[in-house]
Amino acid sequence: MKLHNTTLAPYLFLSPFLLLFAVFGIFPLVFSFYLAFQSWDPIQGIDAMYYVGLGNFRFNLGDDWFWKSLYNTLWLALAAGIPQHLVAIPLACFLQQHFKRMRNALVGMYFLPYITSTVAIAIMFSALLSTDYGAINLLLRTLAEVPLLGQLLPNHNIDWLNRPENIKPAVALVVFWRYVGFNTVLYLAALQSIPKELYEAATMDGASARQQFWKITLPQLKPMMLFGVTLSVIGGLQLFEEPFILTNGTGGSDKAGMTTAMYMFKTAFEFNDFGIASAISWMLFAVIVVLTLITRFAFRERQSPPRLEQAA
Amino acid sequence: MSRNLPMSRLGAYLMVGLGALIMLMPFYFMFVFATHTRSDIFRLPPPLMFGGDFFDNVAILTIHIPFWKNLGWSFYVASISTALTLLFSAMGGYAFAMFDFRGKAALFALVMGTMLIPPFLGMIPTFMIMDLLGWIDEPRALYLPGAASAFGIFLMRQFITASIPKTLVEAARMDGCSEFSIFLKVVLPLLGPALGTLGLISFIASWNNFIGPLVVMRSAEHYTLPLALRSMQSPMNAEWGAIMAGSAIAVLPLLILFMLASRRMIDGLTAGAVRG
Repeated sequence: MKLHNTTLAPYLFLSPFLLLFAVFGIFPLVFSFYLAFQSWDPIQGIDAMYYVGLGNFRFNLGDDWFWKSLYNTLWLALAAGIPQHLVAIPLACFLQQHFKRMRNALVGMYFLPYITSTVAIAIMFSALLSTDYGAINLLLRTLAEVPLLGQLLPNHNIDWLNRPENIKPAVALVVFWRYVGFNTVLYLAALQSIPKELYEAATMDGASARQQFWKITLPQLKPMMLFGVTLSVIGGLQLFEEPFILTNGTGGSDKAGMTTAMYMFKTAFEFNDFGIASAISWMLFAVIVVLTLITRFAFRERQSPPRLEQAA
Repeated sequence: MSRNLPMSRLGAYLMVGLGALIMLMPFYFMFVFATHTRSDIFRLPPPLMFGGDFFDNVAILTIHIPFWKNLGWSFYVASISTALTLLFSAMGGYAFAMFDFRGKAALFALVMGTMLIPPFLGMIPTFMIMDLLGWIDEPRALYLPGAASAFGIFLMRQFITASIPKTLVEAARMDGCSEFSIFLKVVLPLLGPALGTLGLISFIASWNNFIGPLVVMRSAEHYTLPLALRSMQSPMNAEWGAIMAGSAIAVLPLLILFMLASRRMIDGLTAGAVRG
C-alpha cells in the first residue's frame, strides 16, 4: 500500500503543472511548426488551411519587409547589446573595488529599470525624447553650449521618434538603459568568485592594477561574458515591446523601428496570415540559434587567448 | 601608486554616482510629470519639481480609460497567477526532488529545455487555443499559461534538493502521514524563502506582461494596466499628464516591492538566468 502510494504520488503532484505545460508549453511549439508549412487565413475558418510546403519560407525570403525587419533587429541587438557589456564590465569592477557600504544601494539603482514595466518606461521615454520639449534634447542643447564638446553635437533639436534615421538609436538607448544593470549584476557576481590569491600573487610579482585587470580579471570573466552576451543575443533578437511602444505600434516612419518579432505580430494579427507569421517566427528562431553558436565560437577556450579578443 | 589611488577612486565615485543618477532620472521625471498638466510638461524648461495636478491627471485618466478597473484587473491577474505558480511549482518541484519515477530524467530535461525556447514561437497557437476554448478576453487566458512555469519547477527542485532532507519525509511517512499531507504540513512550511523569491518574480512578470494581454484581451474593461496605458497613447494630443500619472501608479507597487526586497529580487532574477 505504501509502495503503491509513492509510485503514484509523484505523478499526482506533477499533474497540474504537466497539464498546463502540455497545453500551453509544448503543444503551441509543435503546432506553430506545423502552421509554418500551411497557408491559412484564420477568418476563413479551419477548413481554409492547406499545405504549401516551403512556400511560406520562400515568400519571406523574397519579402523586403522581412529583410528590413531582420536588419533592424540585428542593428538594435548590436547597438543596444555591445555598449551594455562595455559599460557593465568596468562598472562592476568599480563597484567591486571602490564601493563597500554603498554597493547594494547602487546596484539596486542600476538594476531598477529591469524590474519595471517596459510599457511605462517606453511611454516615459517617448516624453523625454519629444523633439521640442523633451529633456533629452534640452540636455543635448545645453551640452552644445560647452566649448569643444559642443562642436560634436548638433545645434538643433533632434526629431528622435519620427525620422527614420533616429528611431533605432532612440530605441537602442532605451534598451541599453533597461538592461545595463542586469549585466552589471552578472559581472559583479562573477568578480566576487575570482580567487583573491590570484591578485595577491600578481601584486607580489609587481603587476600593476592595469596589468591585473587585463591579465587576471578579464580572462576570469570570460565564462560570464559568454553567458551575458548569449543572453543579450537571445533577448535582443526578440525585441518587441520597446520599439512597439516608442513607435506607437507602427514600426515608425519607413518601418525603421520594426523588429522581426513586431513584423511577425503584425503579419499574424493585422494581416491575418498565421502561416506566414509562423514561418517568420521559425526563421527568427533559426537566426537566434546561429548567432548563439557564433557567440559560443567567438568565446571558445584557446590555449593562449590573444589580447584583442579580450577587448572585444 | 599611493598618489594615483585617491584620484582613480574619486573618478570611480563620480562616474558610478553620475551613472546611478542617470538610471534614476526617468523615474524622477515620471513622478514629476504625473503631477503636472499636459501644457506644463511641454514647456521650456520642463518642470523639475512636483506640481499639484496629480488628482486632476487621474481624473482625466478615468475619463479616457476605466483606470480603476484596469488597476484592479492587474492585481487580480497577478495575484491568481502568482498563487497558482507557487502551488504548482512547489508540487512539481517536490515530485522531481523527492521521488524516483519512470521518465523522470527525460521529463525534467524537456521542461528545462523549454526555458531556452523563445516565447514568441508559441504566440499564434496560444491565441488559437484561447480562441478554441472561448477564453479570449477572459483573465484565465492570462494566468493559466503563466502558471506552467518551467523556471518555477527548476527553482523549487533546487531548493528542496538542497534544503530538505529525505529522512524528514521518510519519517513522516513512517508516522502514517498521507503523501499529500506530508507535502502540505511538512514540506510546504519549509519552502518559505523559495516561495518568496518565486512569488516576487511571478507577480512582477504578470504585472508587467504586455504581449500576453495584447494577444488575448479585447475589451478596454478587461485590459491590464500596461495595455490600458498603451491605449492612451496617440500621435496627436496625447494626455501626457494623465498617462504619466497612470504610469507612475503602475510602477509604484514595483518600486515599493523592490525597496523591501531588492536583494532577494536581484538574486532570484539573476540566479535564474545564471543557472537556467
